[in-house]
Formats: sequence, C-alpha cells, structure tokens
Amino acid sequence: MNNLFGLISKIGAPFTGFILSLGELARLLFNILFSLTYPLKNFFLLIKELYFSGVRSIVIIAFSGWFVGMVLGLQGYNTLERFGSLSMLGSMVAISLLRELGPVLTAILFASRAGSGMTAEIGLMKATEQLDAMSVMAVDPIKRVVSPKFLGGIISVPLLTGLFNVAGIFGGYFVGVILLRLDSGTFWSQMRSSVSLHDDVINGIIKSFIFGVAVTLIAVYQGFVAKPTAEGVSLATTRTVVSSALIVLALDFILTALMF
Amino acid sequence: MKRLLIDFWVGIFVLIGILCLGFLSFRVATVSNIGSASNQYYSLSASFNNIGSLKVSAPVKVSGFIVGRVSDIHLDPKTYQAVVTMEINNSYKFSVDASAQVLTMGILGEQYVGIQSGADTNYLENGESIRFTSSALVLEDLIGKFMTNLNSK
Repeated sequence: MNNLFGLISKIGAPFTGFILSLGELARLLFNILFSLTYPLKNFFLLIKELYFSGVRSIVIIAFSGWFVGMVLGLQGYNTLERFGSLSMLGSMVAISLLRELGPVLTAILFASRAGSGMTAEIGLMKATEQLDAMSVMAVDPIKRVVSPKFLGGIISVPLLTGLFNVAGIFGGYFVGVILLRLDSGTFWSQMRSSVSLHDDVINGIIKSFIFGVAVTLIAVYQGFVAKPTAEGVSLATTRTVVSSALIVLALDFILTALMF
Repeated sequence: MKRLLIDFWVGIFVLIGILCLGFLSFRVATVSNIGSASNQYYSLSASFNNIGSLKVSAPVKVSGFIVGRVSDIHLDPKTYQAVVTMEINNSYKFSVDASAQVLTMGILGEQYVGIQSGADTNYLENGESIRFTSSALVLEDLIGKFMTNLNSK
C-alpha cells in the first residue's frame, strides 16, 4: 500500500514541479518587466549586455547564416532542377530563411552562445554570494543584473535574425548565381515578387522577438534557480541550452500555425 | 575594455542589424503594397468567366514583361463573373480595345493575367475595365470537349 502511494506520488512530482516552475517563471517575468526602466536609466549596463550578447555573436551568426543559405541553394537547385523551375531558387531560399530557418536557428544559436553565458554568470554570482551581497546593499539583483540582460537579449535576437537572413540570402546567391551560373536578375526579381513585407519579413521579426523573450527568460531563470555549486551551475547551463532549443521549436510550430 | 570602444562596437552591431532589416524590407520584399507607393499605380479591372486558380498578387504581364499585379478578385453578384482588379504601373497605358487573358506559366506553373494592347488611340483610365477577356484554360473542360468529340465520331 505504502509502495503504491510512493509510486503514484513519484508520477505526480514532475507535474507539480513543472507547474511550480511555471509560476516562478511568470513571477520572474513580471519582476523583470517592472524593472525594465532601470537599464534605460543606467544605459551603460544595457550597452555592456548588448556587447556581450550581440556584438560577440555577430561572427557565428553570419557564418552559420551564410552556410545555411549555401546548403539551401544547393539542395534547392537539385530539387528544382527536376521540375524545371530553377527560377524559383531565390524565392525558395528567401522564404525558407525569413519564415522559419532564420528566426529558429538564430534563437538556438543565441541560446548556446549568449544564453548559456547569462545562466553561468548569474549562477556563479549566486554561488559566490554576490547576489546576496547586492541585496544586503539594498540593490535589487533583478534590476541590476537580470533586467539589462533581458533587454539586451530581446534587442539582440531580432537584429541577429536580420543578419542571419541577409547572410543566408547571399549564401544562396553565391551558390545559385556565382557557382551554378543561374541568372542573377531572375534570382532577385523572383525573390522580390514572391516575398511580401508583411507576411514574410514582419512575421519573421515578430517570431524572432518572441523567441528572444523566451530564450533570455529561460537563461536568467535557470541562472536564478541553479544550485549554488560548481555542479549546479554546469547543470543549469546545459538545461538552458536544451530547454531553449525545445521551447523555441515548440513555439515555432504554434506561431507558424497562428501566422501563416 | 574602454567604455568608448564598447559603445563603438555596439553601435556597429545595431547599425548592421538595422541595415539588414532594411535590406530585407526594401530589397528582398515587395513594398509596393504600402500606401505611399500607390500613386505610382493605377487600377484596371476585367471580368472573366473563369479565372482558374488566379490569386491576388499574381503578376500582370505584357509580352512576358511584368507591368503590375492583381490587387483584388471578387465575384460580381449579378453576372456571376469574376472581377479581377489589377494595379498597373503608371508608365504603361493600354488602349480601350486592349484584351486580357488568364494564362499559365509553363504547364504546372502559376497563373497570371496577360494583356494585349489594341490599336485604338484612346487609353484606359484609372478604374476603367478591359472589355475583351478570355478565360483560363481549364484542363477538365478541354478533356471534356475532347471526349465528346471522340464520342460523336
């Protein structure tokens, strides 16, 4: 009897834990939203976060975007060649980047490049009791540490997504036009005639903004709840990357279903 | 790191990001559907018995050259004809006896409106309609005609 009780409560524990963490996440989000004016007043905090999460990610984002675009160009070429519609290569590359690949891959790369760093930083500050020291000095750690990171993240991700998309389109251009000798005029004009500003570009930016909120929120949350030990911080960093990737992919499905 | 240097790099980052978004909006996407650009276009309409699978924003072509796009498609409740409204670039005028057809790019390609200009010296104005139209080629109709021809022999 006691065994059965234990078994059922073991099944229940993850669910209550999940709901509890959702509540903590929502409370953290509200706290952050109410303290967002702080990094705007202390502008250099925000600039520093933009530097760490944005500037440092430029190279990796542009590089991956370029190669994703090249792969799309190559695969698209092989597929479209069969149907004799190679003129659609430009629009295929642009639409798949703008709608899906750009926002999703940028968010996942951002989670592993900058999100993990945020988690590790906050987790270590917690482990070395810097956050407690701040509280003692009547400095709210959410205002001082978390809200600049959050704001920096949600500004960086859409900008990086734009960079990823542009690099990808030029990657596709490189493969299609320069390597495989398609016509440059058709590439651009077909792209322009089938990509629409509202449906593709703006929806993609909205997507990346939402992903930015999700990824940075997960990153700071994991930093906050990390066990204040070396092992706990490393576990939290891993968890940031894994759950960001999963949440981004799941959110992407929901947003695509709502938007297109 | 000096504060000025960080400011500089962040400035570069934000500039690159905004340039990329601008590139995507103005060079990759079509901005013609934004209100401010509408004075470059005038609209013509044409009624078709059958438009096949013509869609809004399909191209309007003259001799294969894109001169505008379809901006609206609706059904006339009296004549049961599909009324296609097109936005045509201001620099192209068509005579009153011009004709419009719904055509298909290749055998499986997308459908578009082809306009053939006539000989009249009076030109169609904004909001007027093209009188001479011919419908889309529907494969089923063709097969049907072929079959009845076959049976009658």
